[in-house]
Amino acid sequence: MAEALANYLWPWLAYLSVGLLQCVLLLLVPFVGAMFFVWVERKVSARIQDRLGPTRCGGKFGWLQLLADGLKLITKEDLRPGDADAVLFRIAPYISFCASFAALLALPFSNGWVAQNLDVGVFFILAVLGLEVFGVILAGYASASKWSLFGAMREAAQVVSYEVPLGMCVVVPVLITGSMNLVTIGQMQAGFFTQWLVFHDPFTFITFWVYFTCATASVNRAPFDLAEAESELVAGFHTEYSGFRWLAFFMAEYGSMFAVSGLAAILFFGGWNGPIPITSMLGLTPENGPVLAWIGNLLGLFNFIFKCVLGVTFMVWVRWTLPRLRIDQVMQVCLKYCTPIAAVMFLGATCWTYLLPGGVGLRAMPYAQRYVTSAPADAAAELDRIATTRVARGGE
Amino acid sequence: MGPINWHTFFFYLYALVACGFAVAVVISTSIVRMALYLIVALGATAGLFFLAGADFVGAMQLMIYVGGTLVLLIFGVMLTAQGPLVSLRTTGGDWIVAMLLAGCLAALLIPAGLTVSSWHTGHPVTTAEKDAQDVQTVLVSTTIAHGVPTAGGLPDADSNGIPDKQPITAAPLGMGLLGARVDKLGDVPEALRPGMSGYLLPFEVISVHLLVVLVGAAYLARSKRRAPNR
Repeated sequence: MAEALANYLWPWLAYLSVGLLQCVLLLLVPFVGAMFFVWVERKVSARIQDRLGPTRCGGKFGWLQLLADGLKLITKEDLRPGDADAVLFRIAPYISFCASFAALLALPFSNGWVAQNLDVGVFFILAVLGLEVFGVILAGYASASKWSLFGAMREAAQVVSYEVPLGMCVVVPVLITGSMNLVTIGQMQAGFFTQWLVFHDPFTFITFWVYFTCATASVNRAPFDLAEAESELVAGFHTEYSGFRWLAFFMAEYGSMFAVSGLAAILFFGGWNGPIPITSMLGLTPENGPVLAWIGNLLGLFNFIFKCVLGVTFMVWVRWTLPRLRIDQVMQVCLKYCTPIAAVMFLGATCWTYLLPGGVGLRAMPYAQRYVTSAPADAAAELDRIATTRVARGGE
Repeated sequence: MGPINWHTFFFYLYALVACGFAVAVVISTSIVRMALYLIVALGATAGLFFLAGADFVGAMQLMIYVGGTLVLLIFGVMLTAQGPLVSLRTTGGDWIVAMLLAGCLAALLIPAGLTVSSWHTGHPVTTAEKDAQDVQTVLVSTTIAHGVPTAGGLPDADSNGIPDKQPITAAPLGMGLLGARVDKLGDVPEALRPGMSGYLLPFEVISVHLLVVLVGAAYLARSKRRAPNR
């Protein structure tokens, strides 16, 4: 895109403006996303508790409530406790926000619509989302309040533990597709919904549920929201925050909820591919020109965002349905249930992919072949031989 | 305005941030702030890796080093939330020893860094040259499906200073660890190729080593049960 724009502008300006455009588009996700999801959360929680939720602001369904909330938070006074470590207290919310925002950089929103098409997208997102906890710990420390410190320490223990099963769950789709590039993983699930990795084999199906549990815990949502347990810790790590800094924590939380839901959508639910391949049936593919491909991508974008919203709504539903766990129960869920189940699913998926006859799990083979196509002919032939014998063995 | 080479710009930016915060780590007296500065310095180093096109190493840097500093931060918080360790003062003797050690390291590293023969070709690689390289290095071959970017090797900024597409680094590394040196397939003579096992042996040795460490840690950390009194 920068190359195309460079024909009309100075090259340095083209590069800069394309970068800024991508950043602004991505910033919309935590900003607008947080506003929308707060409204969803209020309505869903109200319905679950047999209430109506916001109804008046903006007429029907209280849809303007989100704007009212935002205005209220921006105009609040920015308070700071006297004993607080001023610098750390000020920057802590922005560290959380930056981490959750940076994760969106590598998340493809449609076929090829990604700010940075990293070859290690999955890994990058996991690494960056893990950094969100820094903001929480610094906030807890800098607030000079025992509630905040308790909340931060709980959060640290929780996040460090849950990174293990989360990583193991993410490895399973990577293993099956043979790539850590999220665009490639999405492209390999093109077609009907049976191509989605969640339906690839029974192990991936269970892996998805373990992933979602761990993801909920790692973004610090109920029933794993011990860091902000209202009944014990006032408000946990953000007890002393108000106004825009508090809003930054919340945007970080909703941004990372969106990011882990998006990761789940791409890894398990086909990303931008709908359940029925309507776009390729209508011919909205790159072969038919850039305009049709763009329309196809736009439909893919709607697909992807719908899946993400579904994931976040699911998290909201879980939050208002299940009671909060105790800290020992949180650790138990991680170490006694999630980690062993994830390990077994990993082994099972490996066996399913590589031991079952009939080329069931050979999806990764074309990807491996790319790397030897221009190599000496016998190496490519060797891979071909492996592939064909495995298919032939299945045919017997 | 003249052309700005964004690669150079960001290199200096990240390098400045990394060095500046590294100095801040030394100067600061609060453990928690030191940990924060260390995180920023290490994060800027990760940015340098991303800039050099080493996605995988950059993500590793974020995961292992920046993520590992988390534990340091937690210990810092636990030690200094209250109590006498809030402020750490370095004495004169410590400064001298530290300067001596750091000076030795710098004396080793700076000449080493400056005498590397050539980091890159020094001029923008033309398409024809790139194609010629590709045949040898096999990093780039075909474009699968709908235009997945497949530029290989180092990202060369073109004459306008606009960086090329992202390179692919992870897959050849992974294949190398699994025993297939896809980058060297063309180099090795025919007779030696079956024995070219990449980094499979070191990989396995490290895996077993880590497993032993894991079991050892679990053994040391488990709660000791006393033998029942008879």
